[in-house]
Amino acid sequence: MATIRLQDVSKVYPNGHTAVRQLTLDVENGELLVLVGPSGCGKSTVLRLIAGLETPSSGSILIGGRDVTREPPQRRDVAMVFQSYALYPHKTVRENLAFALRVQRVDPVDIDARVKKTAAALGIDTLLDRKPGQLSGGQRQRTALGRAIIREPQAFLLDEPLSNLDPVLRLGTRTELALLHRRLNATTIYVTHDQEEAMTLGTRVAVMRQGIVEQLAAPLEVFRRPANVFVASFVGAPAMNLWPATVERTPDSIRIVSPVCTVDVNSPDITRVKGGPVTFGIRPHEIDLVSEDEADGNGRAEIVEPIGPVTVVHLHVDGLSDQLVRAVVSVDTPVHVNERVHFRLRRDRVHLFDADTGAALGP
Amino acid sequence: MRAVRWTWAAAVFAAAIVLPLCWAVLASVTPEDRLFTITSFVPRGLVLEHYRALFSGRDFWTPIRNSLIVAGATTILSVALGAVSAYALARLAFRGKTPALAFVLAVSMFPQISIVSPLFLLLRELHLLNTYGGLVLPYLTFSMPLAIWLLVGFFRQLPVDLEDAAMVDGASRIRTLWEIVLPLSRPALATTAILTFLYSWNEFLFALSFTLGPERYTVPVAIALFRGQYQVPWGEILAGAVVATTPVAVIVFVAQRRIIAGLTSGAVKG
Repeated sequence: MATIRLQDVSKVYPNGHTAVRQLTLDVENGELLVLVGPSGCGKSTVLRLIAGLETPSSGSILIGGRDVTREPPQRRDVAMVFQSYALYPHKTVRENLAFALRVQRVDPVDIDARVKKTAAALGIDTLLDRKPGQLSGGQRQRTALGRAIIREPQAFLLDEPLSNLDPVLRLGTRTELALLHRRLNATTIYVTHDQEEAMTLGTRVAVMRQGIVEQLAAPLEVFRRPANVFVASFVGAPAMNLWPATVERTPDSIRIVSPVCTVDVNSPDITRVKGGPVTFGIRPHEIDLVSEDEADGNGRAEIVEPIGPVTVVHLHVDGLSDQLVRAVVSVDTPVHVNERVHFRLRRDRVHLFDADTGAALGP
Repeated sequence: MRAVRWTWAAAVFAAAIVLPLCWAVLASVTPEDRLFTITSFVPRGLVLEHYRALFSGRDFWTPIRNSLIVAGATTILSVALGAVSAYALARLAFRGKTPALAFVLAVSMFPQISIVSPLFLLLRELHLLNTYGGLVLPYLTFSMPLAIWLLVGFFRQLPVDLEDAAMVDGASRIRTLWEIVLPLSRPALATTAILTFLYSWNEFLFALSFTLGPERYTVPVAIALFRGQYQVPWGEILAGAVVATTPVAVIVFVAQRRIIAGLTSGAVKG
């Protein structure tokens, strides 16, 4: 296992599209780093750069301290799981698993033993003589994973490995992946567009947009202290409420004035916030429905979505015409469409962002 | 109504092709003296004298062997070289790829007759006249473009992920081509091989021009030269034609699905 270091790496495609901009990234030994972002943010390109399937336009890539920037994929000793799985369709599961070892001229007896061991660990030992076409989606996914694991490489690169599975299987496999990573303790870079996968699997999460890492931190840190408006809106479901507001400073607290409500916040986190226009953010589950006398504001329930454990209520608030305010409430809270409800924001969970740059304001 | 009309058109078309063929087969087993009577279409007693004459009276095995060698070598070479060239043109990034592909096509556009004389002089200089090499080399000029264009089209529609996976797994380009790309391209390789073989087997102009004696004649040339100064042995000519056509027809019947699949592959995503 090894560390991976990207230093000022940029990738500009011949058609002028810049996929990755000046990216510097350190992946520690044994870490599972998740690259997450919307499609087209450059996360898959980062993976292909590390694998050697793309050459960076500038910058350098180090695996285990060795500069591999100009090395072809064959000499990088990393394993990759493709989104499409890319199983060799004309080879059996056994041959798929054995291929890389055969290329490395490992002793056939040894190959056989390792194939058996890997297949048993993934529960595909009864499928060794089948071809990929005869496997279910989950079995293919395991085979693709096995093909990477069997090599015992320096690092694993996983490109949206769960996106082709149906939702039930995806959750199960996600748990297995977490267990697998704990068992192998292998340096892994995991690309996904699913922020929930990112949060549950990652040791650290890098949120990417347009070829730039917007924030790189532990999953809960990204969730609790998003570095900017983009991260705040991308991470967490349902997405954070964001609306324009103005901050008025008083000596020991701040008053946030917005079309939705006006709240006074007195927390050490935002004592250094200056007055002026801001973007105000609060997560849907930090909004409570309360009685009228405790309320910060009120709105008319436009949509009520019971999703099982909780209910998402979309509120139409006077003064905020272009968006609805989302609140997550207990399923037991009776809310009906068109009912007027009163809500209160949790003061210690308020986020403020610069109105122009979108950067988080705070400590 | 429309369908009926098309069916009739197809039937007429098929008849125009099949009838001469049937006639040739029938005539090849009809005694020489009845060949030109009006009732020759009604077989009355089959005779194999033309076939016997073909193989014992003349040495028809030699042209068959020559044709097999020339067409076989052309097929093997053009598929092998074509696959490597096509893979480079389909997958590797290098300057002048599109011009190279256009050039390959342009080469195959020359009318054969216009290059017969220069090729003759060239082969004479190289001492390749009346040799197998003297036929295989010119044949490659028309079979390679066919092979390259068919295979480039097929390689391009193979998923790139498979080759990426093989290279991340440590395999070199050549090994990836050999172990991943070629096994997956079997339909396209078969199509290419069959079309090349058919073309070389039937080729007449080059074979006539670049062979000098019966020991190197290919089947079409041998048949054409059956004709004597005073007589045309129609029975033997037709028997020879049947012998020449049969293996090719068998190949096509057996492989027609593959040929069609190979020719249309890449046309639609599938």
